[in-house]
Amino acid sequence: MAVTRAEVLKIADLAKLHFSEEELDAFTAQFQRILDYVEQLKEVNVEGVEPTSHVSLTADFAEFIFRPDEVKPSLTTGESLANAPDPGSGHFRVPKVL
Amino acid sequence: MAIRSPGFAQMELKDACKIRDAVNSGEVSAREVAAAALKRIEEADGKLGAFLTVEPERILARADEIGRTVKEGALPLGGVPVAVKDNICTRHLRTTCGSGMLQNYIPPYSATVVERLERAGALIIGKTNCDEFAMGSSTENSAFQVTRNPYDLDRVCGGSSGGSAAAVASGMVPLALGSDTGGSVRQPASFCNVVGLKPTYGRISRYGLVAFASSLDCVAPIAKNPKDAAQLLLCLAGRDERDSTSSPVPVPDYVSELNKPVRGIRLGVPREFFGEGLDPEVRSVIEAALHNAGSLGCELIDVSLPHTRYAIADYYIIAPAEASSNLARYDGVRYGERAASPKDLSDMYKRTRSLGFGAEVKRRIMIGTYALSSGYYEAYYGRAMRVRTLIKRDYERAFEKVDALLGPVSPTPAFKIGEKVSDPLSMYLSDIYTVTANLAGIPALSLPCGFSRQNLPIGLQIFANQFQEATLLRLAEAYAQAFPLAAPPVRV
Repeated sequence: MAVTRAEVLKIADLAKLHFSEEELDAFTAQFQRILDYVEQLKEVNVEGVEPTSHVSLTADFAEFIFRPDEVKPSLTTGESLANAPDPGSGHFRVPKVL
Repeated sequence: MAIRSPGFAQMELKDACKIRDAVNSGEVSAREVAAAALKRIEEADGKLGAFLTVEPERILARADEIGRTVKEGALPLGGVPVAVKDNICTRHLRTTCGSGMLQNYIPPYSATVVERLERAGALIIGKTNCDEFAMGSSTENSAFQVTRNPYDLDRVCGGSSGGSAAAVASGMVPLALGSDTGGSVRQPASFCNVVGLKPTYGRISRYGLVAFASSLDCVAPIAKNPKDAAQLLLCLAGRDERDSTSSPVPVPDYVSELNKPVRGIRLGVPREFFGEGLDPEVRSVIEAALHNAGSLGCELIDVSLPHTRYAIADYYIIAPAEASSNLARYDGVRYGERAASPKDLSDMYKRTRSLGFGAEVKRRIMIGTYALSSGYYEAYYGRAMRVRTLIKRDYERAFEKVDALLGPVSPTPAFKIGEKVSDPLSMYLSDIYTVTANLAGIPALSLPCGFSRQNLPIGLQIFANQFQEATLLRLAEAYAQAFPLAAPPVRV
């Protein structure tokens, strides 16, 4: 399937990434090669095959699927804000949204 | 920083169990071991670039603390220096994931594996370089530095856990932690002449391992020999309530099972792993290793894993899809860098992510976003997860007939620095023999088994069924004991 520049731009927007014009050219070509490669998955007959998400699920998990909903110690507000690029007093500051 | 001259031979920094015994018995102090490791790092790491963060004062203080603790009782890793890949969180010690995005990130908590190491008496010596967010096969994608191969400084050390493999290979530390999502511990282990063990998915907690592809990611031990790998795995394995995918299957004593006989073990040889693309030198070293394994009294059986040819395509849909979702958290709000003076929120997200991420990470986020986007989800991700089931079934069928599988780790020995950076697909294709273990969730180990004519290490890969790490380690130990390798000297 051919990928257009416009499509790459749309995906970049969804992914919240920005590319310069030159980056976009190189990128579209690489993207195309990778998509051409993964196209071969379409040859595989997957009819009636269930998807695998947790690959090593065993019967032992049964008792762990739900755990008691208990309050446990967690990070303090100060610790949570310590790595923030723009911390406020007890909150994260962001540019104006509305 | 003043480092006392160590009363401890550098050779011994290669054997974790010997160090532990010496520290536990008081023959050598944890501080002396720490000083020896720091001295070796100072001497060799300028050329190698394995470490991103080493804090000598903190290390020596911790060594003294271990010294006091071992007086009260022996510890399973008492005083053993361990290097930790920089995508594993260490409380109050910088954790960058090899990314500009996290260049100043100081985790407020430690990964479960780090807590378990500390409880076992290990000494975290520093944080090792890796491909950014573990995305890569050469450690060239780090935002900070390239890590060189200790056996040939012009070549890559493999990746993404390249810093950890190089640190063990060069005798800076006897043990290291890496992470393996598609081969990121086994391939650098193979390139650097060390043991790399990717466990069963869920065998080791992922809590505090910075997420890349959550259904594939595993924390994985690196050691100089199978016994040390067994000891490290034993300290890390087991259920952790903070990782809901971690397995409650009981953990056997990998160390005491190590010396059980291997005679009669059935070894499968998957024909798909010996086809086109396998370097002739790697092929001849691996074929010799198969012959050696047979001479230990193991039975070699031809097997087929027919869906192997789809593994790379399958992996390069599933891993980027999960990555695109996991890496959405780097938005410049709660941690990490933020681009200066944004116009509005959307501009802040876009510019922060575009500045903070490197090319390979952006590429994978884009592939993943595409595969998950409206109209393509079922055609790409949905289908890939079904093909994954077929790959897993191939292994289930094979393990009805055999106890373990043998094959190469990587189609070639370590390649030259810069050789593959401009061609992402060729880099992806070099993961052909490693990604299947992650897709099938099975354990696999890379064991040093030979050298190329240019003195480059070559690893033998051993696979076992889920939760059969003891079988892998037992085979590796028997092989290493029967066929010791004469390794050329490292270049640092």
